[in-house]
Amino acid sequence: MRAVSGVEAEAGTGAGTGGGGIVPAGTAPSGGGAGTGAGGIVPGGRPVEAIDWNRIQDPKDQEVWDRLTGNFWLPEKVPLSNDLPSWATLRPEEQTLTNRVFAGLTLLDTIQGTVGAVSLIPDALTPHEEAVYTNIAFMESVHAKSYSSIFSTLCSSAEIDEAFAWSRENAPLQRKAEIVLGHYRGDDPLARKAASVMLESFLFYSGFYLPLHFASRAKLTNTADLIRLIIRDEAVHGYYIGYKFQRGLAAAGAAREELAARLGDFALDLMMDLYQNELDYTRSLYGPVGPESLVADVERFLAYNANKALMNLGFEAVFGADQTAVSPAILASLAPDADENHDFFSGSGSSYVIARSVETEDEDWDF
Amino acid sequence: MNHHDADGARERAGGGAQRPGADTPTGRAAAGGASEPDSAPQAHGRGRPELVYYSSTSGNTERFVRKLGFPALRLPLRAGDPEVLAERPYVLVTPTYGGGSVKGAVPKAVIRFLNNPANRALIRGVIAGGNTNFGEAYGLAGKIVAAKCHVPHLCTFELLGTEREVVAVRDGLEEWWPRQQ
Repeated sequence: MRAVSGVEAEAGTGAGTGGGGIVPAGTAPSGGGAGTGAGGIVPGGRPVEAIDWNRIQDPKDQEVWDRLTGNFWLPEKVPLSNDLPSWATLRPEEQTLTNRVFAGLTLLDTIQGTVGAVSLIPDALTPHEEAVYTNIAFMESVHAKSYSSIFSTLCSSAEIDEAFAWSRENAPLQRKAEIVLGHYRGDDPLARKAASVMLESFLFYSGFYLPLHFASRAKLTNTADLIRLIIRDEAVHGYYIGYKFQRGLAAAGAAREELAARLGDFALDLMMDLYQNELDYTRSLYGPVGPESLVADVERFLAYNANKALMNLGFEAVFGADQTAVSPAILASLAPDADENHDFFSGSGSSYVIARSVETEDEDWDF
Repeated sequence: MNHHDADGARERAGGGAQRPGADTPTGRAAAGGASEPDSAPQAHGRGRPELVYYSSTSGNTERFVRKLGFPALRLPLRAGDPEVLAERPYVLVTPTYGGGSVKGAVPKAVIRFLNNPANRALIRGVIAGGNTNFGEAYGLAGKIVAAKCHVPHLCTFELLGTEREVVAVRDGLEEWWPRQQ
């Protein structure tokens, strides 16, 4: 894999893993390099550093750690079996579609849990960043396991086997896995983060669409609740990895502008490659079930989330409003207030003039 | 949608999206903006909306506010920084924090600023950043501030804000603001 940032990570050197090829030698943020990776284990290297949460180099690490641990959940807390009556009302092709969607999502979460998030650890700029990645990796494994909870609740083992077999044979699904894995195993730390944000903030959404769609029709609502927990986690993951991507750029010093331009082109090329593949993937999943208007709406949902992935990396959105106009029912299923027509300026948001009362328990407020 | 749409998007990006790093607030995050308005005093025309905003080191809200192009005062990043005082009526722009609970949704810097009755007296509305991935908590900071300060929650935007969101907020504020004076 070509090193997009132009400087390859010094694999195997142990010490100095912080920042990989991006941070010029000797300019790594204080406290970062020595503590990261397994630097000190190298014979003759620096001593092994223990992580000290009372000395924070980047407050964002603590903030995101608190957010992620505060969001912790397990699939056992969601009463999935309540969806059995609803599941029985789905047409056979809708059930097959659902199984395949979840098999595809399982594959992505497996990659992110065992390869993607873990691959970010050697390039961490601070020891706390490393710890956050271990949390992300673990939660991705929780996500992957939660799909198995859905399967075991709703499906026979023959149906489960069919779905996993399909995931091995579906070309666009295998291709998207290969594209991101290529970057995860490559030697460029910032390309790795960009690919990771694409997965967290974009590649899941062809699959996430389906439970939101069913929930908007009052079907599989408990399954949708579980998926919403995953969607919430992925937002924090994409935000944080995108933030660290931008910190990596900022650390490039004088070379920053040029590096930003090169990585901007790289990210856009990667996005468009993945986007074209997602169109194929979406067609292979939803096409046989239809109607065509459903396929078109999934495609708008893809573009909407592609924009958010780019923004998490610090780039401007590229898909226009016409391309991202997801049906209001899906947006409402995602977030009740997401419909843009509910804003105050448009005149239809009169309820916001006197917002509904919100209980604030926070002791920081004086009024 | 077909494959041409991807090409259209690429053209719209003009051969490359806006670069992070080109104008991210890193380096000026805690700069004078904390105590001084970003624009010169003479830029404060009576008819122009004025903003007070908080943006963490990720800079998303900063990016959104810059795209709006109105005079804007940035709240300090750190608790130890000097307190900011509003001198004129303003609209608050704030990100939403936390994982979906009310507690912690409003950034501490915003709470500190609003705890001062003089600052609170000048707030005219609130705009909140967020991410629809947070479901019912999308833009929650805006709802909380609106309810506590009895001002309208004008709108929400996601992350850096899309072009459509920027235009809608800019036009909406320009039309609405003079009626608040």
